[in-house]
Amino acid sequence: MSSTAIARPPIEPEWALPSRGRVGMFSLIAAEAAIFTIFVVAYIFYIGKSLSGPLPKDVLELPIFGTFCLLSSSLTIHLAVRALRNAKVGAFGLWWLLTIALGAIFLVGTGREWRRLIFEKGLTVSTNLFGTTYYSLVGLHAFHVTAGLIFLTIGMIFTLLGKVKPEHSERADIFSLYWHFVDVVWVVVFIVVYVIGR
Amino acid sequence: MKCARHQKVWGRVGGPVAGVFILLAGVLLAGSQCSAASGPAIPSIFKPESTPADSIYSLSVLVLAITGLIFVIVFGLILYAVIKFRRRSDDGPEPPQVYGSNQIEIAWTVIPVLIVLVLFMATARVIHAIQDARKPDGAIEVTVIGHQFWWEIRYPELGVVTANELHVPVSDTSHPTPTFLKLLSADTDHSFWVPRLAGKTDLIPNRVNNMWIDPHETGVYVGQCAQYCGMQHAKMLLRVYVDSREQFEQWVQEEKKSAQSSDSVGEGRRIFETTPCINCHTVSGTVADGRFGPDLTHLMSRDTIASGAAENTPENLKAWIQDPDSVKPGSLMPAMKLNDHDLDALTAYLETLR
Amino acid sequence: MASETIALSVVNHGARPIGDRLHEWVVTVDHKKLGILYILYALMFLVIGGIEATIMRIQLIVPHNHFVSPEVFNRMFTMHGTTMIFFVVMPFLFGFANYLVPLMIGARDMAFPRLNAFSFWLMALGGFLLYFSFVGGNGLYGAGNAPDVGWWAYAPLTSRAFSPGHSTDYWTLALLVSGFGSIGTAINIIATILCLRCPGMTLGKMPLLAWLNLVMAGMVILAVSPLTAAQMMLSIDRYLGGHFFDTQAGGSATIWMHFFWIFGHPEVYVLVIPAFAFASEIIPVFSRKPIFGYPVMVAATVCIGFVSMSVWAHHMFTIGMNSYANSFFAITTMAVGVPTGIKIFNWIGTMWGGKIEFKTPMLFCIGFLFQFLIAGLTGIMLGTAPFDWQLGGSYFVVAHFHYMIVGGILFALFGAFYYWFPKITGRMLNETLGKLHFWLLLIGFHLTFDVMHIPGLLGMPRRIYTYEPGRGWEVWNLIVTIGTFIQGIAMLLFVANLIFSYWKGLKAGNDPWDAWTLEWSVSSPPPEYNFPRIPVVKSRRPLWDIKHPEDPDWKYE
Repeated sequence: MSSTAIARPPIEPEWALPSRGRVGMFSLIAAEAAIFTIFVVAYIFYIGKSLSGPLPKDVLELPIFGTFCLLSSSLTIHLAVRALRNAKVGAFGLWWLLTIALGAIFLVGTGREWRRLIFEKGLTVSTNLFGTTYYSLVGLHAFHVTAGLIFLTIGMIFTLLGKVKPEHSERADIFSLYWHFVDVVWVVVFIVVYVIGR
Repeated sequence: MKCARHQKVWGRVGGPVAGVFILLAGVLLAGSQCSAASGPAIPSIFKPESTPADSIYSLSVLVLAITGLIFVIVFGLILYAVIKFRRRSDDGPEPPQVYGSNQIEIAWTVIPVLIVLVLFMATARVIHAIQDARKPDGAIEVTVIGHQFWWEIRYPELGVVTANELHVPVSDTSHPTPTFLKLLSADTDHSFWVPRLAGKTDLIPNRVNNMWIDPHETGVYVGQCAQYCGMQHAKMLLRVYVDSREQFEQWVQEEKKSAQSSDSVGEGRRIFETTPCINCHTVSGTVADGRFGPDLTHLMSRDTIASGAAENTPENLKAWIQDPDSVKPGSLMPAMKLNDHDLDALTAYLETLR
Repeated sequence: MASETIALSVVNHGARPIGDRLHEWVVTVDHKKLGILYILYALMFLVIGGIEATIMRIQLIVPHNHFVSPEVFNRMFTMHGTTMIFFVVMPFLFGFANYLVPLMIGARDMAFPRLNAFSFWLMALGGFLLYFSFVGGNGLYGAGNAPDVGWWAYAPLTSRAFSPGHSTDYWTLALLVSGFGSIGTAINIIATILCLRCPGMTLGKMPLLAWLNLVMAGMVILAVSPLTAAQMMLSIDRYLGGHFFDTQAGGSATIWMHFFWIFGHPEVYVLVIPAFAFASEIIPVFSRKPIFGYPVMVAATVCIGFVSMSVWAHHMFTIGMNSYANSFFAITTMAVGVPTGIKIFNWIGTMWGGKIEFKTPMLFCIGFLFQFLIAGLTGIMLGTAPFDWQLGGSYFVVAHFHYMIVGGILFALFGAFYYWFPKITGRMLNETLGKLHFWLLLIGFHLTFDVMHIPGLLGMPRRIYTYEPGRGWEVWNLIVTIGTFIQGIAMLLFVANLIFSYWKGLKAGNDPWDAWTLEWSVSSPPPEYNFPRIPVVKSRRPLWDIKHPEDPDWKYE
């Protein structure tokens, strides 16, 4: 047997620390932001340095519709989380589904743009510096959208199975931080690639 | 009792003190080595013979003095603390629990900041003096192109092409003839380092770098590649021959000439021109105009072959041609696989490329 | 003040089958077991990395030696560097952080135990991948194809053209995988420290080890990510025909350098800051005084964290940046010496007026202090850019960073071993063997690394498998190699001590060093749940308050 004596003051003041999920998610976002920053820096550094091949202004078209969908999905996920916090699980499910749909539309749009660039304009990752940096940056972002969609879908499945309850709103909120981050990254990518770089 | 305590103290502080003495002894030895064996063969940064190296040397003396002083003071404090505040054999109460002192913290923040400022100003001055120096009219212009694992050296205005051994004229302050080098690379990163003449500057593909030297004394200065560039990075050696003005002019005149031809080595020349040699090597005045390997027009004017890996003797030449891996394993020259007769003839021909 | 005594019953596991016990270790999510796994893993690679170093030193003992071929030598220095940084020092530090942080902040485990386990196994996989390269892959140079591009893997040497085969890919993949593990651990450390501190432990009251690991974790998040990004880009170049670092297509070799060193420099602070943490816990206990200037120590560390993100191009002084860029990086490099120096002064201030006990942990920490001082000063020398134009890329730099990593970090790590081994295993490490280990290592270390500065001053570049006679380098290389063997013996002594003491060491009890932080309030080894009741603290040294109720810290802080 062993014993230990801990001195305790009679009344404990309230001890509130931030939620670990939130802190963890912010830390993850910081790490991802650092990775994206390097790809953005590479993109900016190589603007105008391609030795050959299609140039941005020749082949890029503004993906207005896709951007609108992706940014709206930030709104819909926010509304979903708010609904869940107010115990409206049905409304939550609808907004959540809409978020998935909007994200999927964005990805399809990216896919179609890439198809056009590769098969009609002859721009691939190995064509020139623009091709390398463009596909890497936009591709990395699309990969993060895809990962987000997978998690959103898992959440949707749980919702349809009736397992999602209002007390899960905190978790949904923490996930939505990731989704908002993905949108912010798109804003940066859009400005750098389609506005400045063109 | 007193002896035992005395021993204990020495035991505890003896180690670091011994370490310091080894370091000091080593530095002193190095210093004596540097001055005693002051032949050009020792590329010590403390024996500068050119303005960039001189400026760096002066800066280094300042830096070493400041850091040396800091070391002596702080080490003294550590030593003092460790001796004075050791627990004696009495088992007394805990010492006074001191949590900190704002005044001391300010003091030992402000003083280092001042030291940093002084150091920085000295540093910035030398950076600017070396990097932003203007090229005077009498300057010799050289382009050095780094290859795996040799140095291509071109004098564009003088029309000279050579390899691995750089010739420059000595420069005196009344009539400066520094050499300004443009540094390029054909493949991976390299670095041009001849310690007694200047700090190192890298050769990076798709980038143009610049450096300059103005050697004050004639002689041979050694160096080597200082940025890992692959298998034979270790044998990408460098020699700088600082000639007198006249010797340099003479050398340039010789180098500008095309290769002399001589009938006695006609067979060797035929072998040279009909084997893959000419794919990589140039001999001006002949059909050989390859650029992958060093220019061989004046091969025999050089003291070494394979970028310093071997002395330039007929035996070494033969060994090199027959099996480069025996001299410099991993070098990019293929083994030529000639029979003995052809090898002798070829070597005889090469021996005429003065 | 009410106090409670809680009776604990020790659960007797009895003789469980070995399969069960091993399985428990493989599936564990307990921070203490994972901490031990990290440390054992690192210890294994320390020995392997040391063998690689010894091979190199034997090759360099005389000029034109033929102990190993240039291929093998180039693989040795690449693997030695990569192993020591990513699979020795980082796992050691993550291991100690994992073990100690929850105990020191009064928590039961890390914030994300499963992520913790996942991160460890990712790192382990990375190490395995790197070493599999010795036997796997079909390179141009024959069977076995470990990377030989240097641990910084400069472009374009790493492109397909200059590194055919898979050697570079092993380097890239191994570090990519273990990098994700590092980021996972960093997220865990941050969340644990910010969210799981026991009541009363505000940020200003937590042990310095917690603060410094928090800063370290923040730096891992910001610094490892650029390396991950750069390695993704390298893989795109090598496999998808990308041109990030393809100079033939207009790409830039220097941008790899920037990306790498934006990782590489903060990385070395990631390595050294936990060493500072060990010193900051051990020196006070063996001086019998609190750390001098706690708030300043915190501020200086945070300052180092920020400033160190701005110094990276001091590794690139020779690449031909313009004089303004060189001046900028020179001053930031010198500036980071200010908060670092402040820490040294504060450690001296801690010892000042104390009653120093020269037990093995303290010996190692004093060694750390002395050697870190010298390493910091040679770092200042390298920071004065023109001096770096001579010294950079030479054996002077090799001596400098080994002084930091071996003389500084490894010495502090050994101090941590001797200090916390009793807590982890319940037994003391043998003090006599410990002192012998210290003195032998000290002598071998100084013989090797003091002397190693000299060839650098005489013009010897690094990463060369042999060197020319007659340049004045021979005798110094000989001495350096001899010191290596002495260090090797010291390391073997340490391993012997570990093994011997685990079985036969003196029983330690809860608090063998009469220390003051929370980990010493529980049994040695701690129970699986750490604390029977989450403690409530009022000051930085809760156990001092308990032991000195007439003079508690919270009256003065």
